[in-house]
This record gives sequence, C-alpha cells and structure tokens, in this order.
Amino acid sequence: MADTLRLRIAAHPFSAPFPEDQRELLAREARPVEFEPDERIFAEGGAADRFWLIETGRVALDMWVPGRDEQVVETLPEGTVLGWSWLTPPYRWHFGARALEHTTAVMIDAAAVRERSAADPVFGYAVLSRFAPLIIERLQATRLRMLDLHATPQEIAETRARRAISPDSPDSPEPGSAR
Amino acid sequence: MTTSFETGTATPADPMVPRFYQVTSRREETRDTVTLELTAPSDPLGAFAPGQFAMLTVFGVGEAPISVSGLGGAADDDHRHRRPHHADADGLALRLTHTVRGVGAVTRALQAAELGQSIGVRGPFGTGWDVPSAAGHDVVVIAGGIGLAPLRPVVLAALAERRAYGRVVLLFGARSPSDLLYTGELESWRSRGVEVAVTVDRPEPGWRGHVGLVTSLIGPARLTADRAAVFLCGPEVMMKHTADALVASGVPPHRIRMSLERTMHCGAGWCGHCQLGPVLLCRDGPVAGYDEVCDLLRIREL
Amino acid sequence: MVSHVGSVKRDGPAVIGVDALPALFALLQEQGRTVVGPTARDGAIVLAELESADELPYGWGVDTEAGYYRLRQRDDTAAFGHSAGPQSWKSFLLPARTRMWSADREDGVVRVAEPDERPRYALFGVRPCDLRAIGVLDRVLIGGRHVEADYGARRDGVFVVAVDCTEPGATCFCVSMGGGPGAEAGFDLALTEVVDGGDHRFVARAGTEAGAHVLSLLPRRDSDTETAGRAAAAVDQAATRMGRTMPAMSLRKLMADSRESPQWDDVASRCLTCGNCTMACPTCFCTTTEDVTDLTGDHAERWRVWDSCFALDFTGMHGGQTRTSGQSRYRQWISHKLGTWYDQFGESGCVGCGRCIVWCPVGIDITQEAASLAALLPAASRDHAESQDHAESQDHAESQDHDG
Repeated sequence: MADTLRLRIAAHPFSAPFPEDQRELLAREARPVEFEPDERIFAEGGAADRFWLIETGRVALDMWVPGRDEQVVETLPEGTVLGWSWLTPPYRWHFGARALEHTTAVMIDAAAVRERSAADPVFGYAVLSRFAPLIIERLQATRLRMLDLHATPQEIAETRARRAISPDSPDSPEPGSAR
Repeated sequence: MTTSFETGTATPADPMVPRFYQVTSRREETRDTVTLELTAPSDPLGAFAPGQFAMLTVFGVGEAPISVSGLGGAADDDHRHRRPHHADADGLALRLTHTVRGVGAVTRALQAAELGQSIGVRGPFGTGWDVPSAAGHDVVVIAGGIGLAPLRPVVLAALAERRAYGRVVLLFGARSPSDLLYTGELESWRSRGVEVAVTVDRPEPGWRGHVGLVTSLIGPARLTADRAAVFLCGPEVMMKHTADALVASGVPPHRIRMSLERTMHCGAGWCGHCQLGPVLLCRDGPVAGYDEVCDLLRIREL
Repeated sequence: MVSHVGSVKRDGPAVIGVDALPALFALLQEQGRTVVGPTARDGAIVLAELESADELPYGWGVDTEAGYYRLRQRDDTAAFGHSAGPQSWKSFLLPARTRMWSADREDGVVRVAEPDERPRYALFGVRPCDLRAIGVLDRVLIGGRHVEADYGARRDGVFVVAVDCTEPGATCFCVSMGGGPGAEAGFDLALTEVVDGGDHRFVARAGTEAGAHVLSLLPRRDSDTETAGRAAAAVDQAATRMGRTMPAMSLRKLMADSRESPQWDDVASRCLTCGNCTMACPTCFCTTTEDVTDLTGDHAERWRVWDSCFALDFTGMHGGQTRTSGQSRYRQWISHKLGTWYDQFGESGCVGCGRCIVWCPVGIDITQEAASLAALLPAASRDHAESQDHAESQDHAESQDHDG
C-alpha cells in the first residue's frame, strides 16, 4: 500500500519533481481516494486541510452565485493538483469542488504538510516552489480568459458601452449600483 | 457563368480578378459562423494547400481573406474520397470549403450567403501548414475558437496519411459550448483515433466538459516534447501564450507553426498592409514558425 | 520595352541638340505613346502628359530644403536643371486610383468585363534615382510570385528616356543609398544635358535596341568629345554635391536594432502622420481597395487606391487597429523603407531622392532620423552595424541574382 502510494506520488506530474526524500515525506501524509461522478469533494467555505493529486478523471471548481445557481469557474483535469487554500489563513476553501466523472487521486493531509513546512523550511520551500508556478499559471490563464479574446468586435463594443454607463446612472445595468 | 478571364490565353490570369464560385452547400456552425462549400462552375483556381487562404468577394460589398477549411467540398473532406491536400487530380480548386465568422461587413455578408449565390474567389495565397513536414512526429493541433477552421485540413491530412504520423492530438478551446465548431466531426475524428480534448472559457447549463484555457489541456495530453509537431491557430495572444507554454515544456520553437492575421487587401504581396516587421504575412505567412515570429510578436504595434 | 540588351551597338556617345527634342517627342508619339515628362505648373515642376517638347521646364530650377520647395528662374535654359518634384513616376505606373475590374450580375450570374485599356507611356526625363525607384517597384509588383497585371501592362509598354542628374538638390542623398547621378541601367535612352554659352545640347546613349533605333532616327551632331567630357564631368561632380547623407552603416540592422528606440517618441512629437512622405515617395506602393456598386446593385467595381501606413485604419482589422500610435506608424514607415524592405524584396526601399524631406509639412528629415537612431544605439550594436555595411550590399546583389 505505502509502496504503491510512493509510486503514484513519483508518477504524478506535480509531485514527480520533488527529491525522493521529500516525496517520502509527502507519502507519509497521503492516502488514495476515489470520487464518483457528481460527488462533492469539498464545499466553498469549508476547512481547507488537504490537497489532491488528480490521477484520472476530472474535477470542477465551482461557486454558488445567488440567482445563477452553481457556476463552474474551471475544471481540473488529470495530472493537476486540486486545492491550495490550505496554504494561507484562514485555511478555508475559496471555491467548491465536485468530481465530474469517476476520479482517482492521492489525497495529502495539508495540515500535516503545513506543520512540517514550518518545522523544515527546506521542505516548506520545495512545496511552495511547486505550488507557486501552478498558481501563477492558473492566474495567467484566468487573466487571459478575462480578456475574452474570442469576443466579436460587437460584443467588445457592447461590453465597453455597458461599462461606460456611470454606476450612478439610475438605469445602470451594473448590479453594484444599487449599493 | 463564365468570367472573361480564361486560363490559357496569352495574358496570364490577373490575380486581382476574382473567379466567381457558387455556394453549393451551407452549414450553420454557430450563431455567427457558417461553413460554405464553394464550387467553380468553370475556370477554377489552382489547388489550395492546407493553411493557405483565399480572398473572398461578396459582389458589391467587398473582400476578405479567409483561410481554407476544406479543399474540395464536403465530399472530398471525407477520407473515403480523396486525399484532402489534393483538391483535384488536375491541381485545380474545383471546390473549396470556408468556415466564416461574421465579424465585419464582408464576413457578415458571407455568413448570410445563400445556396447558389456567386462568391468571388482569388488565390491561393500565402504559406501552408506543410503537414508533411510533421512526418514521423506527433501531430498536435491546438485551436482557439474560429482558429479551428484553418486547422481542419491539418486534421484531415493527418488522417488521410495516418501511418506517416505518430499520435494525432487536437486541443480545442472556445468561448462557450455554443461557440464550438464542427461538433459532429469532432466525434468522428475521435472515433478515428484523434485524441480530441475540448475546453470552454464559459460553461453553459448542461456542459460537463472542461472549463479553462486551452493551455490547461496541454498537460493532460502528455505530449512528448521532441516528438510534437504543433499546428496552432487562434487569437494572437492565445497563440503566444500557448507557444510559450510549449517552449517551456521543451517543444522546439521551429516545431510550432502558427497562422497569423493582419489586414490584407491584395493577398499577393502588393498592398503592404499585412506587414509584421520583415514578414509580409500574405506571402511569408499566414503560417509561420514560432522561431521566425516569436521576437516580432513581442513588439508592441509592430 | 526596357531590357538590358548587351549587344546594343554603341558607336561612341552621340550628341543631339536641344532642337532634336521635338523630333524625339514626335517619334515617341508616332509609336502610339503618350509622353509624360516634367513641366513647370502651379509653382512646381510636375510630371504630366506633354504634347510637345516646348512644355519642358526650360530655365527653371528649384530650391529645396526640409519642408521647403520653391521654383527658381535659372540663368540658363536647362530643361532638367531641377531635382525631384512633388510627384514621381508611380503616378503613371501605379496610379492613385485604378479600376482593377468591373463586373455585372444578371440572374445571379456574375460576368467580369475585359480589363481596361492601359496607356502606353514614354517616360521622359527620368532621373537616375527615379529610375532605380521604378526598379524597386518592379521587384515588388512584378518581380515576385504573383504578377500585378495592371502595373505589368503599364510597365511592359513603357519607353524610358532617362536624364542624368547634374544638379542635385539640398535634400538629395542618392549616393549614400548606393546610387548616383548617372543612369546606369533600366532605360531605353539616356541623356546628359549640357548648356554653355547658349549651346544647349545632350549627350545621348541607348540602353536597349528600341532606344538605339529611336536614337538612330534623330538628327545628330558630329561626334564631339569635348561635350562628352563636359557631360561626364558634370555627372561626376554632381555625385560630390549631395545635400544630405545617410549614416554610413547597415541601415537594415540599424532599423532592426531600433525597434524600441526612444527616438520614436521624439519623432512622433513632430510627425503629423499626414502621409505626405508616402505620397511623394517614388517607391511607397501601399494601396487599399474600394468596392463600389451602382444603384441597381448589379454592377460592381473594385478600385485600387493609394493608401499610407500613416493612416490610422491602415492596420484596421475587424474591431481595431494594430498601429494606433504615431510612434508605431513612423517606425513602420522608416523601418520598412530602410530596413525590412531588404527582408521582403532584397534591397532598400529608399533611393535617396529626398522627396519625403521636402514635402514633410514639419520638415522631418529621414537622414536625420536615421542619424538620431544610430546615435541612440548601444555602442556594441553600432560597431556591429558598421562592420555589416559591406555584407549588406553583397546580400543585395546576391538576392537580386537569385530572383533574376
């Protein structure tokens, strides 16, 4: 069991680059998990004390928006990592996560990793060095999506026109204007 | 109909004068995108290669550069008929397929074109994808939105010469599920061994596929950097971002070919509009290697 | 008509009197050609269709400076004692407006009409800088994969009478662009004007069989070595009297290394982006197209019209433009002219005629801008650029060979 987990951690694109001794430390806090389609992995606002190396399947990050129901903001395919809210206080999930299909993963006890990182800065730095590029990459991808590069000129013009309307204007379509 | 410019006369055909083709098939892809099959009643142009473009004229409205998305109409795009990079045994473009998104006056008029309508065609212009240069490699097609249209012939060419290539991978990102092109074909390509992955920026109710930028599909595709021959088309910023991600993962820049876009009025290298620094995109492009254009794309307003 | 015939017999320089010019006009007109040449009109030496040699600008010279052009009465009768005017020959070979095609639609069927008849010109009084400019246009429009039919047809029928330059202007710099005041190739007939003591004459030489034929029909004077000597000396001397010079370095590399130069801000603070330089330039070839229809909608035409890279909508694609700032548009113009033209067409796009300097309303001087860019280069790339100078002219010759 423990050997299988070591192999799985060594094979996953996120954890593979860690030196063997650090992978061993991760393996100590790891256990295998599986999720059925539509199974909720965690809910927005819950305690963020673990992360997952997704091996197969796919997970949706979502947020419940009043009046618009559950909105999927991004999906995480196999080979990626789910969960980084445990890195910083208040250690609560910013988004929810739900398996979209049968998903297998290695779950790692993030609270333990956090404690070990505090005690062992070399390990802690290695962990952050793996998470930082991931976070940067997703931030950049999100920014590119914000640019709405596929929009037609008319759609861009409409957005501009909407934004041009002052928030103070009585017929402003901006939801924030009521406040 | 005929034009008074017959091939084979003493005067060489004027590349500025369109030949009028007829719309022989029309398929609505999305709310703003249509696929037109154009057939030459007579006097066809020379054969197009994947990646090359035509200047399409809507009578009295104007002209726009549109890459070919099929090289012989719906029938020959099917693998059962003929090799997709040969439109015709005589090297003539008897039929052409163009997928057009209505974003300006001319493209909206093309989008509205009816069956039987005459559409002026000039070309072929520009460089092609040169799919055979990927022989022995994995064909990796990465498309953003309407960018899949010029890449469709790459997928078809790879399927037609399946054994010449390793894996055939298609990573396709669109704005929303209703903006996806060729949805029926994606399935048939999948069934013929193309590894198809699709993602959208904005999901719609009922969408159970990927949500995220097309680059998020690169990791799961588990590409082998030194085996990948990448064919890339989409918004310029998306192409740059994707190419950089690929280069960072070890794909050599010259193995990333991308189709670029600038204003074009002639298609033939005479009007000067499509310059990207030293590159005359209608002649040295639209398809260029990332090694050639990487530095140019970084210069603002070049 | 212009071709480099190596076997043309040249039995020494011929000398013709100014009184032979009407005969030359008549001969060209008899060949069915419209003669286009310089004439003094509206305060400038313009190029226009001429009925007779009398219309040549005898006795007119010009004074030029940055943003300055004035006619000046000469103290002799020289017809070609002036440097470049506001127009160039592209006005006739690549007119500002040309109908590319017209077509009619009947019952949904579109029929394209026969192309318009193209004029047969004799270009009379082409200066060596402009001769080179025509060669530059040839490379762009008919020297590549696709042949521009309208330009090609105009060009095919043309008869070129070149006239050597013996009086460069203050804004001229053809020598530092690798040219010179003497016509070397690309003409049917070349003249060097000599005026002294009331004796107005020309040394004439043929560049093609057609030119030799015309020359053989003209009333000629006896061989006159003194006139020939004076003519040669005047051309040699002109080479030393250029009013401007380009920095002696690889301009191609200078432009490539200057893409992010602070100089663009400086020039943009002066440039009005009016596009005058592109209209006056003898090699600026950029055009756009206009589609027009009649009221029924069943007759459509496409026109090609001059465009300018200084125009805001020049780079307009659905929704927006690529080059919106004045900085980027000036950079595009000068970088293309002096730099990327090599990449695209194997030679420089500048022939050193100085028109862009003269006709700039704020007097922006391409030679000064190039010098400023050079001064702002880091020292390392400056040395490198200078050492590349020789290599560039070789590249040029080689790429011409390849395309030839």
